[in-house]
Amino acid sequence: MAEEVVLLNFWPSIFGMRTMIALEEKGVKYEYREEDVINNKSLMLLEMNPIHKKIPVLIHNGKPVCESIIQVQYIDEVWSDKNPFLPTDPYQRAQALFWADFIEKKLCVCGRRAWTTKGEELEATNKEFLELLKILQSELGDKPYFGGAKFGFVDIIMIGFYCWFPAYDKFGNFSIESECCKLMAWGKRCMERESVAKSLPDPEKVVGYVLQLK
Amino acid sequence: MGLMNGSNNDEYVRLLGAWPSPFVLRTRIALNLKRVPYEYLEEEDTLNSESVLNYNPVHKQIPILIHGNKPIRESLNIVMYVDETWLSGPPILPSDPFDRAVARFWDVYIDEHCFTSINGVAVAKDEEERKAAIGKLEQCMALLEETFQECSKGRGFFGGDNIGFIDIGFGSMLGPLKVLEQLTGVKFIHSENTPGLFRWADRFYAHEAVKPVMPDIEKLVEFARLKFNTSIFK
Repeated sequence: MAEEVVLLNFWPSIFGMRTMIALEEKGVKYEYREEDVINNKSLMLLEMNPIHKKIPVLIHNGKPVCESIIQVQYIDEVWSDKNPFLPTDPYQRAQALFWADFIEKKLCVCGRRAWTTKGEELEATNKEFLELLKILQSELGDKPYFGGAKFGFVDIIMIGFYCWFPAYDKFGNFSIESECCKLMAWGKRCMERESVAKSLPDPEKVVGYVLQLK
Repeated sequence: MGLMNGSNNDEYVRLLGAWPSPFVLRTRIALNLKRVPYEYLEEEDTLNSESVLNYNPVHKQIPILIHGNKPIRESLNIVMYVDETWLSGPPILPSDPFDRAVARFWDVYIDEHCFTSINGVAVAKDEEERKAAIGKLEQCMALLEETFQECSKGRGFFGGDNIGFIDIGFGSMLGPLKVLEQLTGVKFIHSENTPGLFRWADRFYAHEAVKPVMPDIEKLVEFARLKFNTSIFK
């Protein structure tokens, strides 16, 4: 049966980037559909993700898979013959899922707050954001990738932030490059992969998007 | 390389937990389902516990499963780890990737919406906030009732004939839900509004992997009264 894969996305979304990278890593051909999430969500989005009405939505042969971390796991399991993202050892998998969860529940939440707070609260948020990046940098250590020698699950979950770093720098009034140079080096390394280069927008475009929001 | 499955199932297993925690309960149910012998260690003061700090320095939270000397953290991760490590006993996650994605989606929903609303009712500062949180929780129940009908397909559990990932994720919330029912007078799982969940809850409570570890509701109510500002409760 011919595979039909559709991705409903909104280009600046760090979440959507994860799914795109995962599909590219597996060499899966898919149809990309841009959603106007602010003004006019499509009927398809509302039907395929009726509970949250959010992107990204992965539609595989008509069946929707929602939540980016779940999508990446799904892609890894369906197209299991190529480039596995997660290790086979259950303990190593648990560690990878732990860090993915950390990025989701701590870094993403803090990152979102950075755009909606002002004054003292913003300063505290920015401080927390840098601390969380440092924790991740410490976890990375001297490894080329979070998973070790190979680009893997945690790298996919985290890398979308890389194209947002200049925006965070500009509005947070700090420099991630000077605070977390190992993490920046990791980001540059990931960008050398075709799957990542294809899936991340130009950071300047992201800055422009944030300027427009503010 | 080691054994066929790559892990030493006979290594010592410890679980650091706290009896009122629904997240700890999930991990105990999973271990029971797989008949894994383990030592349970009650952590009364997790913020000041050396063990908790040592094994979970990032979050300083329980549950923490320690297999040999390897710590596994986050309740759903622990459930998945148990499922992948001890292969005897019924599988907790289904084998089909799409069904697995559905199970994972609902457990994320249960944590991010259902549990958040339960907490919302408990920590509400005034009647208006409490009513809003109750409303959200009722919406969650309606959605989970639909999900139960879809997933169970006429069988006893979300997982089908056996307890699965969603049963464990949501079943662990039954205690807190019953506590809220007692404290607010609102019935969240109802024989008329949520008939599927109503019957499922009894089945879940009676399951051999659940019954021995489900906390006593009266004790949980007492715990909740002490922990939360219950002046707004009945």
